[in-house]
Amino acid sequence: MPVAFQSFFDAHAGVVLGFLVSLVGPQEAEDCFQETFLAALRAYPDADRDTNLRAWVLTIARHKAIDAFRARGRRPDPVADTEDGPWAPRASAPMPSPSTADPDLWRAIRALPDKQRGAIFLRYVADLPHREIGEALDCSEAAARRNAHEGLKKLKETWS
Amino acid sequence: MTPSKSPSTDIRARLARLAEPAAAASALRSRSIARFTERADASGLVDVAYATADSPVGPLLLASTQNGLVRVAYTAEGGEGGVLQQLAARISPRILERPARLDSARRELDEYFAGRRQAFDLAIDWRLTGPFAERVLRSTAAIPFGDCLTYGQIAAAAGSPRGARAAGNALGSNPIPIVIPCHRVLRGGGALGGYTGGVERKRALLAIEGVEPPR
Repeated sequence: MPVAFQSFFDAHAGVVLGFLVSLVGPQEAEDCFQETFLAALRAYPDADRDTNLRAWVLTIARHKAIDAFRARGRRPDPVADTEDGPWAPRASAPMPSPSTADPDLWRAIRALPDKQRGAIFLRYVADLPHREIGEALDCSEAAARRNAHEGLKKLKETWS
Repeated sequence: MTPSKSPSTDIRARLARLAEPAAAASALRSRSIARFTERADASGLVDVAYATADSPVGPLLLASTQNGLVRVAYTAEGGEGGVLQQLAARISPRILERPARLDSARRELDEYFAGRRQAFDLAIDWRLTGPFAERVLRSTAAIPFGDCLTYGQIAAAAGSPRGARAAGNALGSNPIPIVIPCHRVLRGGGALGGYTGGVERKRALLAIEGVEPPR
């Protein structure tokens, strides 16, 4: 039984946006979010009903994040981005952070290596199981677990 | 897990709080969603657009394809989920809430309920009805505001004089009630007959049209 795209969208828009913010920052996330769901909407009638649709759309999101960086002729370099990258507010168009509650923490997530920040977000913010994180990040379950663990360790060091 | 003040617990608790609705309902989120919906529609990817509307006969879900209005559903009893599921199965799963596409339908319905409109001027997509049902419903659409026919009369008008029962079935599964005014078809002998949204709604719609509803 097919599910209306709107229901699929309502269920996963939040996690996809947060995942993208953790990967590319809020500036790029907005465009990537739209590209992700436009691609998902195009492919949706043919999507295999037996696949995990959340992991499916997170995989699309990760590819759109990579495309966005390629389009700008650079690879996702978290360290270079941190000080003056997508996170830095633009004077002309101030961007609200996805969570005004804890901007320091978002910034710290953004400073992690890209595999770790994706895994950190999916594991500890979105509360996804490691198996699904592996699917979304195109790595093994063990690697997903390791990345989430390493990322958490680094975040803890930030505040120790 | 035991509560602790260790940095580990703090970080994990802070991470979990990033997912809270207050944090997620940011300007970034609402702007991203609005722009996605616009772009999806502009790219022709929305096969079914829908909107919800309040009315004197309860909340409605209105759905439209590129061809026209395809569904009006009463959602007070069954909710929206079942209606969307049916549209996904019978038309396309590319369904998005896109109120702008239903603006004229919503406006005409508002005018109808406010007593300022007697006929609807909306493109109709008949794809949810079979050929016989479509003939019955097209005949029904021709019944003027405030008039009523019997099931037998509407069957005859649809070219099937002995098909009163079949006509009743077609009206009972009218996918576009109110706009296609199946409430204007009564049982022979002056009885109210059934209605897709329940007889109370049929009575209410007839009252709006100044028809003294039969018992």
